[in-house]
Order: sequence, then structure tokens, then C-alpha cells
Amino acid sequence: MTASFIFLAVLTVAGTAAAMGLRNAVHCVLALTLGLTGIAMLYLQLDAQFVGFTQIMVYVGAVAILAVFVIMMTRNDKTMAPPALSYSGVTGGLIAAAVFAVLAWAICSSASRVQGQPAQPDVTVQQIGDALLHRYVLPLEIMGLLLTAALIGAVVIAMDREEEMK
Amino acid sequence: MVGEGILKGLAETARNFFGSYVSKDRLTTVQYPEQREPQIEATRDFPFLVYDGADWQQGLRCVACQICEKECPPKCIFIEKSKDKKPDAFGKSQFYPAIFNIDISVCMSCQICVEVCPFDAIKMDVDYHQSTDDRFGGLLFNKQRLAKSNEYYNAIHPTEAAAVDAQRAEELAKLEAKAKAAAEAKAAAEATLAQKAPAQPAAGEQQ
Amino acid sequence: MTHLALLMQQLDQIFVLAAHWLLSYLPTALQPLGSAILSVTAIILVFATLFALVTWMERKGLGRMQNRYGPNRVGLWGIFQPIADGVKSLTKEDIVPFTADHAVHYMAPVLIVAASFLGYAVLPMGRNMVMVDLNAGVLFFFAVGSLMELAVFMAGWSSRSKYSLLGAMRAIAQMISYEVPLVLASIVVLMQAGSLSTVAIVNMQAVYSGIWPHWFVLTPWGFAGFVLFMIAATAESNRSPFDLPEGESEIVAGYFTEYSGFKFALFFLAEYIGMFATSGLAITLFLGGWSAPFSFLTWVPSYLWFFAKLLTLIAAFIWVRGTLPRLRMDQLMNLAWQFMLPMALLNLLTAGVWHLMPAGPLRWLVCSIMVVVPCILLGRGLKHKKKLQVRTYHFSQ
Repeated sequence: MTASFIFLAVLTVAGTAAAMGLRNAVHCVLALTLGLTGIAMLYLQLDAQFVGFTQIMVYVGAVAILAVFVIMMTRNDKTMAPPALSYSGVTGGLIAAAVFAVLAWAICSSASRVQGQPAQPDVTVQQIGDALLHRYVLPLEIMGLLLTAALIGAVVIAMDREEEMK
Repeated sequence: MVGEGILKGLAETARNFFGSYVSKDRLTTVQYPEQREPQIEATRDFPFLVYDGADWQQGLRCVACQICEKECPPKCIFIEKSKDKKPDAFGKSQFYPAIFNIDISVCMSCQICVEVCPFDAIKMDVDYHQSTDDRFGGLLFNKQRLAKSNEYYNAIHPTEAAAVDAQRAEELAKLEAKAKAAAEAKAAAEATLAQKAPAQPAAGEQQ
Repeated sequence: MTHLALLMQQLDQIFVLAAHWLLSYLPTALQPLGSAILSVTAIILVFATLFALVTWMERKGLGRMQNRYGPNRVGLWGIFQPIADGVKSLTKEDIVPFTADHAVHYMAPVLIVAASFLGYAVLPMGRNMVMVDLNAGVLFFFAVGSLMELAVFMAGWSSRSKYSLLGAMRAIAQMISYEVPLVLASIVVLMQAGSLSTVAIVNMQAVYSGIWPHWFVLTPWGFAGFVLFMIAATAESNRSPFDLPEGESEIVAGYFTEYSGFKFALFFLAEYIGMFATSGLAITLFLGGWSAPFSFLTWVPSYLWFFAKLLTLIAAFIWVRGTLPRLRMDQLMNLAWQFMLPMALLNLLTAGVWHLMPAGPLRWLVCSIMVVVPCILLGRGLKHKKKLQVRTYHFSQ
């Protein structure tokens, strides 16, 4: 529990809590982006450079931009009123506590806590690339197929409207 | 070839860049205000009033006919006619403007006032250095500021002024010829009248 | 080693030696922190000064290309003009719109400047002169580049003005579209180098066969990749002819319409710093980083070569700005998705073929054909599809 870990953990939790609690939609997205950057820096703290930078590139550079585009396209100027304490709030709190209990039990009874810190493997990008193309080639190809389908779907949706307008 | 236009454009700008250090026609800027480009003769900036002779009040050509005031599109001329008259260059007794103001912040240099003036009294100046920090009255020119001599007019618009001067001289010559002819006719009439007059008393005395 | 060679080597490593000497005064525990602070300070000072110099260069260069002098009143040849500009932007009133989102409006220029300076951490500016030798250096560079898009959105949204929002949407669309060819054009280098580390890539290019260096730009796929990378870099930093998001004649100033004074200067700074960083990456990936162009010129200090190449690329940027008219939004998008993306993918194929064929003139011939012919065919095909005609202007005879 070094000082940098505590700082990054507080940053991440504060960012995601603010994403839930703020009223303005754009502020929520920006706070979520802050939380995601915190997670990326936690990855970097664990010497997982590839995952950390990919997290920034994908989440901050693409997912956050997607979210803000959605808000821009469907925006309304009225900010939502803060919700009063309602039944849904109490139920949500109970469910969140239950999920937290399950996760905490899983982590506490897992092997890493018993053994202490395992030796950190020195993973290079080359090893990740090798693993992707040898051991995990099927998931890679399925992901590629999924992304291609999404791209084609987007193009078809955009093109269909042009045909209709003609 | 793909990209040919871009390459030609790049070559042209490179030619401009290097050429601007060696040849004058690739660097047409002058270092204003130390150097000025010469103005053409028909340059027009703001109007001024022409006066003949040395006294700007006596020789002012304007007769306050107010045609320019009526024709001015943005209505920047304000004229107040005088109560008395004074003789103009052709000897005729004319009104003169007691007040003649032009607001050059409104004037759009269209030259309509010059075109409609029947007396060649208002012409276009070529001086554009009129900026001032007095934003309330500094750009309202009165009669004294607007009055400039005919010599000045000849200096800034030589051919135009020469034509105007020639026309005025011709008119003056015609007037003088007419006056001379009238004077001669009058003198001849008086002479014949004088000839007949002494004959009458002689005729009267004989009775 | 002869005295002269030793002297030139010390001159080459002079900044490294100076840094070590300065850090030796610190206790050992603080030395990493001290080294980091020293590198960051040096980078900020050097590149901020380069920014001032480049604004002067740009105004004079554009002026001469447009048949006029540039600024020439403030000091000899106008050399103190950047100082005058700096004073002007610092002393202007900071106007924030009444309905603007103040927190986000304030954070946007801060974020964009921070994101643009972060990219310099992985650029090797000389032998042994990289701030952090990351294992995934190139990936880090692209990751922080994507932070700039978020800052652009923040700027455009928080100003609550239609010009800002329109400009921000256009800017983000443009930046995302051109990020794809940018990354794809750099992947060919990563394929050949086998590593994401910038230091490794430069070291691979710093060897010579005869007098010729092994720069990647001197191969068919490298040259195509370099051209694609530079076009995408021009678009990424919103520079003419891709400066529609900040097109002054169309949407006032796009996403930084509502910024004045120092915040505007920060946006301007971030644009230029981003331009330098992307040029620096292009130099690292394609032009051999700090290595000399010929083997008999390696005695010149390495950082001088890096900055000479950087200034050449900047001069090319200024040249292109003075030549080409601005692209419309649909022309921009078509260029990115219909021309540059297929070319980048074909370039990947070409690089793969190059890697698998044995060395020799046949490899050169095959790869050159694989790069040139699709470019010409694609260009012709796209022009034909648009049915462009030669315009005749009736009233300008």
C-alpha cells in the first residue's frame, strides 16, 4: 500500500463516484474519464505498460469521445434534479452492498492474499503479441469479426438513410 | 498524374519565396509610412471647397445652391445660406454659405457632390490622413477647414483643374466680350443720341 | 581515439554529462526525481523557445511566399515579434461567457497543453538523450495524442456557443478520422523494427551500408508511410490545409472562439507543440532520429541532426500552409477514409512482402510497384467518381 497506490485509488473512486453523483451529463462523462485514467495509471503502476496505454487510448480516446458525442446529439438543457431518497435508492444500496460482499469474500479467500505479493512477470509487448497469435488466436479472430460486423453495420445504417432521402 | 497540381503549387510558392529576395516584382510591399506608393491623379478621398485668389472668404466659389446637400446619399453635407449677397468671379451677385459642414466620418467618397455642382466649387481632395482622437467633433469639417485654394487644386489634380480653369477663363472672356460689346453698343447709342440731341435744339431754335 | 574524435564525442554527449554533473550534487535517493525534473524543465524550455521561433519563422516565411514582408518592425527582421505577441496575449482581458461551464472552460486549455507536452517523453533527441525509455513508447505517444481530442471537446462544449460546438464536433471528427491512417502508417515501421520502443527504432536506423543510412524513409513502403504519416499529422494538429475546425473565415475560430488572452495563447501553443511532437515522432520512425544522413557526417553532434530535421519538417509544414487552400469537411473525410485508409492498408501489405522477400533489386521493384500503382489507380478512380470538370469563369475574361 504505497503512497502512489493510495493516491490513484482515491482518484479512481472519487472519479467514478462523481460520475454517479453529478447532475450535469457532461460533467459525469468527464468524471468517468478521470476514473478510467486512474485505472490506467494503476495498470502502469503494476508495470503493465501495454495494457495501461491501451486503456488510455481506447477508453479515453474512443469510449469517452463516443459518450460525449451521444450527449451532444441528444442533449437537453435541463439538468436533472437531484433525486430524493426513494425506494429505488434503498434497493440499489442493498444490491451494491451484496455485490461488494461477494467480491470482497472472493478476493480475501483467493490465493494471492495468502501468498503475499507474487513475483511480477516482466511482460514485454512481444510476449503479448506472441500469445495473441499463438495461444489466443481464436478470440482475436472473433474480436476482429465482431469489429468488422460493427463497422459494416454503421456504414449500412448511414448509407440506408441516404437511399431513403433519395 | 495524381498530385501534379499540388506539386506545381508548391513549386510556385517556392519560386515566390526565393524570388522575393532577388527581384522586386515578387515583393510588391512598400515600407509604409516611410515609403509611399504614388497615388493616381483621379484619387478621391474627401471633398473640399475651392476658392480663387488669396482671401478664402471672398474668393469661395460656392454659392450655397444646396444641390450637393440634396444629392449627397448619406446626407453628410450641411449648408446654411447667408442673408446677404456678394459678387462672384463673374461679377454676378450670389449668396454664399454662412455654414458649410461636412461630416467625413459619414462621407463615402462617392463624388456625387462634385459631379452635380454647377459652379466647380466642391472637388475631391487626396489627403486620407484624417485620423484623430477627438471622436465627437474631430471629423466634422467646417467651412474654414474645407476651403483650399485653386493653386492647391491645380497641384493635386493638374489636368482636371486645368480644364476647369480653361472653362472658367473662356466664360469670363465671353462675359467680358459681351460686356465690351454692350458697352460699345451703349456708347454708340449714346453717341447717336448725343448727335441727334444738339440737332434738335437747332431745329427748335429755328422756330 | 584521437583527440578530435574524443572532443566530438564529448560534445555529442554534453547535455548528458552536464545532467550527471548536476545530479551528483543531490543525494542518491533524490536522483531519479531530480533527473525527471531536470528533463521536464529542459523539454519545456527548449520547445517553448522553439514555438516562439517557429511563429516568427512562419510569419516571415508565409509573408515571403505571399509577396510581402513579414513582421519587420519589432527588432531586426522582426525577431522580437513573438515577445510582443506574448505580452499581448498575457495582458488581454480574460473573458468567459456568462453561461459557460466555468470549471470545464478553465480545464480545457490546461489539459490540452499537458497532453501535447507529454508526447516528448519518448522522443530520443540525441544519443542517450531520451527522457524515458519506455518499452511501449510509440503506444504511449498515440495514447496521449488521444487525450487532446477530449480537451477539444471540453473547450467546444463548455463555451455554450454554436460556433464553438460546431467547431468542436468538426475537430473531433477530423482528429479521429486521421488517427487511423496515422497509426497504420507507423505500424509498418513497428513491423520492420520488431519493437515499440523508440530508442530501439532509432538504433536500428543509425547503421550505414556504404554512405547510405538505413533510414526507413529510403524504402518504398517507408516513403509511402512517411507521406501518409505527414498528411495525417497535418490533419491531427488542425493545420492548414486541414484547419477547418479553426477556419477563421467560416466559423470565427471554431472551438476556441470564446477564449481570449492567455487561454487562447495556450491553445495556440498546444497546437504548435503537438505539431512538433508529431514531427518528432515522424523523424524517429522514418527519418532515423538523431542519426546523420551520410556516414561521413556522423561527427556532427546528434541533437543538432534531430533539430535540423525538425526544422526542415516545420519548414515543409509552413510551405504547405502557404500553398494549399483549405479542404472542406466532406473533402477531408473522403480523403481520410477513401484514400488514406486503403493506401495505409496496402502499405502494410507491401511492408510484409518486403520483409519476406530476399534482399535485392527485385524486392525494390515489386514493392515500388505495389505502392505506386494503387496510389495512381485509386486517385484516378476517386476523381472519376466525382466527375470533376474544368471550370470556366465567364466574367473574368
